[in-house]
Amino acid sequence: MTNQTPLLNIKNLSVAFHTEHGKVMAVDDLSFQIGAGQTMGLVGESGSGKSVTALSVLGLVPQPPGQITAGQIEFHGTDLLSLPDKQLRKIRGNDISMVFQEPMTSLNPVFRVGYQIAEVLRLHQKLSRQQAKARTIELMDWVGIPEPQRRYKSYPHEMSGGQKQRVMIAMAIACEPQLLICDEPTTALDVTIQRQVLELLKNLQKELDMSMLFITHDLGVIADLADEVVVMYQAKKVEQASTRQIFNAPQHPYTKGLLACRPKLHDNPQRLLTVADFMDATGQELTPDKSVLASQQKTDKSTQKTLLEVKNLKTYFPLKSGFFGRVTSQVKAVDDVSFTVRKGETLGLVGESGCGKTTLGRTILKLQAATAGEVFYDGIDVFKQSPQDLRRLRSKMQIIFQDPYASLNPRMTVGQTLMEPLQLHQSQNSKAQNLQRAAELMAMVGMNPDQLNRFPHEFSGGQRQRISIARALAVEPEFIICDESVSALDVSVQAQVLNLLLDLQDQMDLTYIFISHDLSVINFIADRVGVMNQGKLVELNTAEAIYRNPQNEYTKKLLAAIPDGLPKAK
Amino acid sequence: MKFKLGLVLLLVIVLVVLVGPLFSSFDAETIHWDDMAIPPDATYWMGTDVMGRDLFIRTLQGGQVSLMVGLVATLVSVIIGVCYGMVAGFFGGRVDAVMMRLVDVLYALPFLFLVILLMVFFGQYLWLLFVAIGCYLWLDMARIVRGQTMMLKTQTFVEASQALGQSDKTILFSHILPNLKGVVVVYATLLVPQVIMIESFLSFLGLGVQEPMTSWGALVNEGASNMDMASWSLLFPALFLALTLIGFNLVGDGLRDRWDPALNKQ
Amino acid sequence: MVVKRLLMAVPVLWLILTITFFLLRAAPGGPFDQERELSPEIAALINTKYQLDQPLIVQYGQYLGNVLQGDLGPSFQYSDFSVNELIALGLPVSLKLGFYALLLALLLGVMLGMVAALYANKWPDLVAMITAMIGISTPNFVIAPLLILLLAVHLQWLPVGGWSGGQWTYVVLPVMTLSLPYIAAIARLVRGSLLEVLSQPFVRTARAKGLSSAQVLLRHALRPAMLPVVSYLGPAAVGLVTGSVVIEQIFGIPGMGRYFVQGALNRDYTLVLGVVLVVGLLMLLFNLIVDLLYRWIDPRIQQKGAH
Repeated sequence: MTNQTPLLNIKNLSVAFHTEHGKVMAVDDLSFQIGAGQTMGLVGESGSGKSVTALSVLGLVPQPPGQITAGQIEFHGTDLLSLPDKQLRKIRGNDISMVFQEPMTSLNPVFRVGYQIAEVLRLHQKLSRQQAKARTIELMDWVGIPEPQRRYKSYPHEMSGGQKQRVMIAMAIACEPQLLICDEPTTALDVTIQRQVLELLKNLQKELDMSMLFITHDLGVIADLADEVVVMYQAKKVEQASTRQIFNAPQHPYTKGLLACRPKLHDNPQRLLTVADFMDATGQELTPDKSVLASQQKTDKSTQKTLLEVKNLKTYFPLKSGFFGRVTSQVKAVDDVSFTVRKGETLGLVGESGCGKTTLGRTILKLQAATAGEVFYDGIDVFKQSPQDLRRLRSKMQIIFQDPYASLNPRMTVGQTLMEPLQLHQSQNSKAQNLQRAAELMAMVGMNPDQLNRFPHEFSGGQRQRISIARALAVEPEFIICDESVSALDVSVQAQVLNLLLDLQDQMDLTYIFISHDLSVINFIADRVGVMNQGKLVELNTAEAIYRNPQNEYTKKLLAAIPDGLPKAK
Repeated sequence: MKFKLGLVLLLVIVLVVLVGPLFSSFDAETIHWDDMAIPPDATYWMGTDVMGRDLFIRTLQGGQVSLMVGLVATLVSVIIGVCYGMVAGFFGGRVDAVMMRLVDVLYALPFLFLVILLMVFFGQYLWLLFVAIGCYLWLDMARIVRGQTMMLKTQTFVEASQALGQSDKTILFSHILPNLKGVVVVYATLLVPQVIMIESFLSFLGLGVQEPMTSWGALVNEGASNMDMASWSLLFPALFLALTLIGFNLVGDGLRDRWDPALNKQ
Repeated sequence: MVVKRLLMAVPVLWLILTITFFLLRAAPGGPFDQERELSPEIAALINTKYQLDQPLIVQYGQYLGNVLQGDLGPSFQYSDFSVNELIALGLPVSLKLGFYALLLALLLGVMLGMVAALYANKWPDLVAMITAMIGISTPNFVIAPLLILLLAVHLQWLPVGGWSGGQWTYVVLPVMTLSLPYIAAIARLVRGSLLEVLSQPFVRTARAKGLSSAQVLLRHALRPAMLPVVSYLGPAAVGLVTGSVVIEQIFGIPGMGRYFVQGALNRDYTLVLGVVLVVGLLMLLFNLIVDLLYRWIDPRIQQKGAH
């Protein structure tokens, strides 16, 4: 970096939020600089204050409840925080612009996308309607939107998530800003789309020679993008260093934990180290037990008995239209899928959103009616069971869902939630016995059994997911479908839940189908992997074979799209 | 704040309406031939009407009728609406399509006109008023409950319960109904003032509650036609009516603010 | 879509007519019950004239046949007029009243709601919302006499009632009282939905572009925020129609609402049926317009289809 005034200089920024629980510091005494043409990565988990930092730069922190309590944000040496609104507006969208996380909701649904891009040009560059339109079409072409002439007239809901994010990017670079702030721009996108958007941002940064502040929770994404990284933890900066140094020689225990807890494609430890292994609750550094990092010994399960057999399964959704809902066409969510799962095995199902993996899981459990095909569980035809028999079967087959917030009834205490399956399947037991069992289940998933009379909203996302796991375990199942069960969790929590699932599998000889969009997670947890695309199972093999030697074109594309998590060479 | 203010207002009104008559030495039907259209004084606390009847006791008794109609008709429409909406929302598919199409058709009917006709022809029966209003107002409740049920049905805690082997009936009653409670209470509270409004509207037209019984609407009607002679006979019932409606609306609004997660975010 | 909706209107209108027809006939009393018993001969004569001596189902069939040809039959009460003529007299008056009231409710309601949302939880919001709360809680048949008392009787600025061919001095008071509850309701709706829209990510995007607060509000937030208001227009119109029954009564306006109540009290079968039919038709038409408006404002609807 040069000795000139940095482009952006954040000095001792503190932002507080006034909540019903009193004043909470969202950003606490944060300082860093971004030089011209530099890309700065800002990394942290949800609630660490990284988004609030970005919003502060543009003066977009909602006040109230937010309040900037201290510090300066200097842009070319002028403090943005003390700038009058009128002048700040000239900078917003013009010199500094921003790409947000949710492309689905960040565009105004009632205006055409072309209009929304052109609006920036007409505002800051005073272009005429025609000029703005012509320039917008150029921009749309530049960010890789096909048929920009036609797409100019599209509404946001007519575009895919990736295209919407391209529109957001076109809007942000329209005035060729000096600083582009990207707030988790690829988090909501599928991995192959994420890859394309990251490439686009990287190229644009080079072509426009702009600086970038790139905010993410995923160190893998930032590795080959950023020159320097700031790591935030609980509103504070804990480490700042060059990307290379962060990845190769992290100093702070939190950074070490963050790096270790993310499953990687190239090695396969028995358990993941988590932040808690590096640092205790007070922030004191710990020495982690490295013995768990020994490679997994994948035992051959092909000699075990077949527990689940899926034969030519099809689930179609009718597309209704017209007044009385005539069926006009069908969506083939699951299209002729066959596979078997053996006892004690973990089958990973991987694919992008809309590929049918979730529908497949639900159809196997008969939570969704199948259109055709058969499912045998331990030799029993699941679809041909009477309601009573199906109920008995359901004590053996369980499911854990993605959303830890929606999967627990908000009006029931955790105890009531855990007692429900017990009363259903162990009706001979007394209430005291069931209560005892519920407490045991809590302990089993690493929770405090004294918290049985609390309600779900009193727990964090990770804790709720543990409770969901406890509920599934209550009926003593042999087989569990985990449907994106760790996707909504922060990486360090995700690692803990993955470890828990592996521990439980060892203890109880469980069989899993693990559904995820995340290839690294699947690689860590699964013995065999099935790749799904457009309702079809396109490839099924051992995890090792899939990752080392993919056969199917789609599998190759998917693997190529994963950020390798290695810092870029400068 | 809103909720508490409304609740206090309602409690005071209910108390006055129920207990107030005990302190009055008059009854609602006696005509005081020498005291027609007397302004409020120490004897007649709210004055008398043009026929010489004590307005204090009449207003309070009219209040009893209005409140009772409000509560009973709300109950009718809540019961119909919740059952209908829950069944349509939970079973979905064809059942839902048919049931909701019927609601659409009923919505298109100028219902209040039919209620007016009903009251014109069979107005002497008070229970008919309950049923007629209840049958008219359940439509909104049915739509809201259906929407909520459908939303709840897709929540994964319902699916998790299904996966545990729970029966439809138990899911409906132990998972969906408790989560509907909030919405139902909020909209029921907002229904009461609507019912009272319709009842008084019909009574104002001379179609609702019939003499010798009275209600706030009927009293406002009488008061309005004699307002040049006895403006108090309009003002007192009108004030009670408006305050009651404000009270219910405040409570309903306050409850909605508390329950509606979309509003809580702000 | 439009054609389909219009076709759908036919069975609905038929249902309305049928229910009303049989409800009317099931009611005790008849159109020519008077204080003094009519002699049997005259009664028979009248019954024959209006075909009331025919079996009910035959009368029903004949009536439907006439309606299909656009003939709503003779009025029983106003013996010199046909129902068509009476409606031709009353409908324009009622339409004018309702249209002005709706327009006023929209204009004032949206403005009040915007002010309240912009100053959320500050004093202009408080004032607007307290006013709105009183507005929706006070029936217009309570407000009407009070306003007459004040503006017409005491101050004598405006006439007490009547229509006088729709001169503006006669129109002001009824339109005001009729629209008051709807001004309040729309203001509350606009405030709520505007606050919600203003917290949406796309509003943040608009601000990040560098647009001013006024531009963000008027260009980006107001249009999506109008959606709940548009869907409220249907119920509001129904309310206005029924409300106009009372307003016409109070102010002595010669509109359809008055015909309806008078007709019902006098068992004027054909008149009541005619009014109900016209009101039903109006409601269907209005809801169609509202739906089209909704689609125009929100492009997302077009793909989802009806509801």
